[in-house]
Amino acid sequence: MSTARAASIVLAKELRLELRTRELLSATLVFALIVIVMFSYAFDPTPAESRHYGPGLLWIAFLFAGSLMLHPSFAREQAGDTMDALRLAPISSFSILLGKMAANFIFLAIAELILVPIFAVLYDVRLMGVLGPLILVFALGTLGLVIAGTVFASISSHARMRELMLPLLLLPVLAPLLVAAVQATRALLADTPSLDPAWVTFLAAFDVIFMTASWLVCDFLLEE
Amino acid sequence: MKLRISLTVIVAAMMIFAGYAALFIAPDERTMHEIQRIFYFHVPAWSASFTAFFASWIACIAYLSTKRDRFDWLAVSAAEVGVIACTIGLLTGPLWAKPVWGIWWTWDARLTTTFILWLLYISYLLLRGLIEEPARRATLAAVFGVFAFLDVPLVYASNRLWRTQHPAPVMFGGPNSGLNPMMGKVLGFCIVSVLCLMVIILVDRYRLEELRHEVDELRQDAETRALDAQNAQNHVSTAR
Repeated sequence: MSTARAASIVLAKELRLELRTRELLSATLVFALIVIVMFSYAFDPTPAESRHYGPGLLWIAFLFAGSLMLHPSFAREQAGDTMDALRLAPISSFSILLGKMAANFIFLAIAELILVPIFAVLYDVRLMGVLGPLILVFALGTLGLVIAGTVFASISSHARMRELMLPLLLLPVLAPLLVAAVQATRALLADTPSLDPAWVTFLAAFDVIFMTASWLVCDFLLEE
Repeated sequence: MKLRISLTVIVAAMMIFAGYAALFIAPDERTMHEIQRIFYFHVPAWSASFTAFFASWIACIAYLSTKRDRFDWLAVSAAEVGVIACTIGLLTGPLWAKPVWGIWWTWDARLTTTFILWLLYISYLLLRGLIEEPARRATLAAVFGVFAFLDVPLVYASNRLWRTQHPAPVMFGGPNSGLNPMMGKVLGFCIVSVLCLMVIILVDRYRLEELRHEVDELRQDAETRALDAQNAQNHVSTAR
């Protein structure tokens, strides 16, 4: 079976599981929304300040939400001992990882699609003119987040205190991604919006490097 | 054993001489005066930590491709030594920066990269402590080690890109710009001494890991034997 087909089957399984429980997506949404609301309490920003600090806040919210949300991706499998079943399937371990990454990307993207407009309404940030580039930046940033996050979720699922371990592993590694994503988003939300090619290239490079590294190490992640 | 002791003595002598050279032989710096002398320990600590982290990264890759325990021991030993050297670098930096720059810390590319690197390897060591099974711990920690060091050029690049667009509040008038030849010699000697010291500590730390492994094996062996003896006894008593 080709990797793409196997990965899409794993993806379908993850989506079906989430559709039945809906626990992951709703918890992520509420968590990120709470962070966004707390922002107003902590900083009481003017519209100009929101445009300046908002991108940083949004990405911090998504990074934190991601570091909590990605954890069940492997922990759920362990609870039902279903990881062994996945491992026994005649598919490559990269396709399992790829399917899970795709599922996590979809979950986080849905959360962002709902939360970014809410953020724009609450803090008077205009999105309409820059919708296309904004989606590109968020897609690249989210991709980097879920690639590293899914790999580290499989590492932390074997550790004690794993809920705490994932953010500890993930957040420092994502520091460069955070800088790039925030700078690119800020340039788009500024008074004279512009798409910064340097940061977009950086985000794409981050995704490619981490995807390649995941592909190289995926056999070690899923071995028994 | 004799070789190790004599090597330790040599490195200790080198360190003492390095301290003397940094304080008394190296010429006085024109603007910073005595404060600048901390660089003879700060720069070596920085180079030792990066060398150790690089060694740890190579050991992680070697472990993943060969699955030999020795590389895992080397990886954890190098990571620990690197964290120590990095901590020294992070502590001596602000000591110098406060009188010279007027601030303890600035989010400059080099400083930020080092700080993130330090955090990454602290996480690496924490992760090792939280996975029970040795083989799994070695593999997963090695995977994280590979990712962690891979991140370093990215952290550095992102900070360079960021700070060049928004100039940092403090310009870096580094010691490398027009270094006095005597200063260069002393600095070179200090770097070599600290690297040697790092290697000595690394070797000892590696030996410790090796001994730990040996103790674990002996303990397992003893437990199996005790269990065997018990089984044999039970067998005898039921036969009666």
